[in-house]
Amino acid sequence: MGLIKWARTKSPWLLHFNSGGCAGCDIEVVAALNPKFDIERFGMLLKGSPRHSDILVLTGPITFQIKNRLKRIYNQMPEPKFVIAIGSCAISGGVYRGCYNVHEGADKVVPVDVYVPGCPPKPEAIIDGIIKVLKNYEKATP
Amino acid sequence: MSSIIKIPFGPQHPALKEPENFMFKVDGEYVVDVTPRIGYAHRGIEKALEDRTYIQDLYLIERICGICSHAHTTCYTQAVEEALKVDVPPRAKYIRTIVTELERIHNHYFWLGIVAHEIGFETLFMYTWRDREIVMDLLELLSGNRVQYAMNMIGGVRRDITPEISSKIMKGVKVLGERMKYYKKICSDDKTILARSVNVGILKTKDAISLCAVGPTLRASNVKRDVRADDPYAAYDEIPFHVVTYDGCDVASRIATRCDEVIESVEIIRYALEHLPTGSIEVIVSRVVPPAEIISRVEAPRGENLHYLRSNGTDKPSRYKVRSPTLANLTALCKMLIGGYIADIPIVIAGIDPCFCCMDRLTFVDINNDETWGWEGEKLRRYGIKWYKKQ
Repeated sequence: MGLIKWARTKSPWLLHFNSGGCAGCDIEVVAALNPKFDIERFGMLLKGSPRHSDILVLTGPITFQIKNRLKRIYNQMPEPKFVIAIGSCAISGGVYRGCYNVHEGADKVVPVDVYVPGCPPKPEAIIDGIIKVLKNYEKATP
Repeated sequence: MSSIIKIPFGPQHPALKEPENFMFKVDGEYVVDVTPRIGYAHRGIEKALEDRTYIQDLYLIERICGICSHAHTTCYTQAVEEALKVDVPPRAKYIRTIVTELERIHNHYFWLGIVAHEIGFETLFMYTWRDREIVMDLLELLSGNRVQYAMNMIGGVRRDITPEISSKIMKGVKVLGERMKYYKKICSDDKTILARSVNVGILKTKDAISLCAVGPTLRASNVKRDVRADDPYAAYDEIPFHVVTYDGCDVASRIATRCDEVIESVEIIRYALEHLPTGSIEVIVSRVVPPAEIISRVEAPRGENLHYLRSNGTDKPSRYKVRSPTLANLTALCKMLIGGYIADIPIVIAGIDPCFCCMDRLTFVDINNDETWGWEGEKLRRYGIKWYKKQ
């Protein structure tokens, strides 16, 4: 394993973005930071800027207004980048399916690597999802 | 040479989580004008409510906001129950009250952590969030879920409180109350917090009333107004409690108000558990609601929550309208920001406990040359902490 890959998998930085959800998933993402769940033990840090981030943690259905902003944030992230869709809304629109202003799923706008189901998923599930992304990346690249 | 800069405070932030954009006009270090631009989180819920039955709507209403989900469903079920002219059993009313107050504790602990994060006091952020897990565990024990509790149903509540759960809640809230007394002491003694919160984000009593502020924001401006006391719902007419007010009109008062509200909530929960009536927790109700027009109010953790229901005799509402507390506080927020420092923007916005998530980018507009640039919320937060270190 090269040095860069080692650094990437041992300390990925997260970017949290709410694309119009109810904040339920968001408080669970932030709860994963607290001393009880403590994602920093995996070297993960929540970052404010897309340019510094490796993994986009996406919650909520994509509203029409937020779509362009999401695309912009995704394009600003450096390669290799991963997207995790948290919660039922980010997977399929969830309870908002059929509303006139939502895209019904994050994968209609940006490519998604891992889906974490639940409304909202527990912090343990979110951590598990992030670890899966890293495991897959480790396996896929020599 | 003065210059007006535009700062967009817009849709993505590490601590606050809903999408919202503010356009600030600043002259040097002072905020001259602010324009909020809302709608990033518009999903079309009110229209969707009209296409679904009352029982399906319960789940959609709960997902208006993940943090005050119980307050929204309480408001909704009250409106539908009034239209149906059913009386909820007293035990169900008490359980609703207990969950409402647990939610208030969860929300205020959450908020205190966010405020600590915004002023760069990460230790307090970690402490409050660690203690918040106690109330999250209690809510999970009680309802089976950490965030969307789904406790309310039309005509009662879904789950009962057993004596074992009751004793666990008693133990948990005792710890939470004691911890909050400790945090209150920190917030009123610590020089760092006082320097960042006293006389910051002033909202005078007169302005608070004329701009229709609600909730702790209003009570921190010395106005004794609380739906729980003024227009009692659920079991609040039988439970004694104080309405907390402070007269500082600044962020420090808002912190103190919320700290005291948690201590008050602990007392309410204790009283409700001790005086929990016996009997059933639900009544069976008709799925078809007769024509009626109802306004229902609930004191959510962030302030007064107002729902309007118009039914037409079918199993679907013909119009439903939600006025959430953040919308009511938005005009007051603009008043607080104007005349303040740029460095104070994050703490003042966090001070009203806003419920729009992603406030991550600010646009600064320079008044003189109309120059515009963008800042992320995180960058602004760091700027605020650095600027205060220099003072």
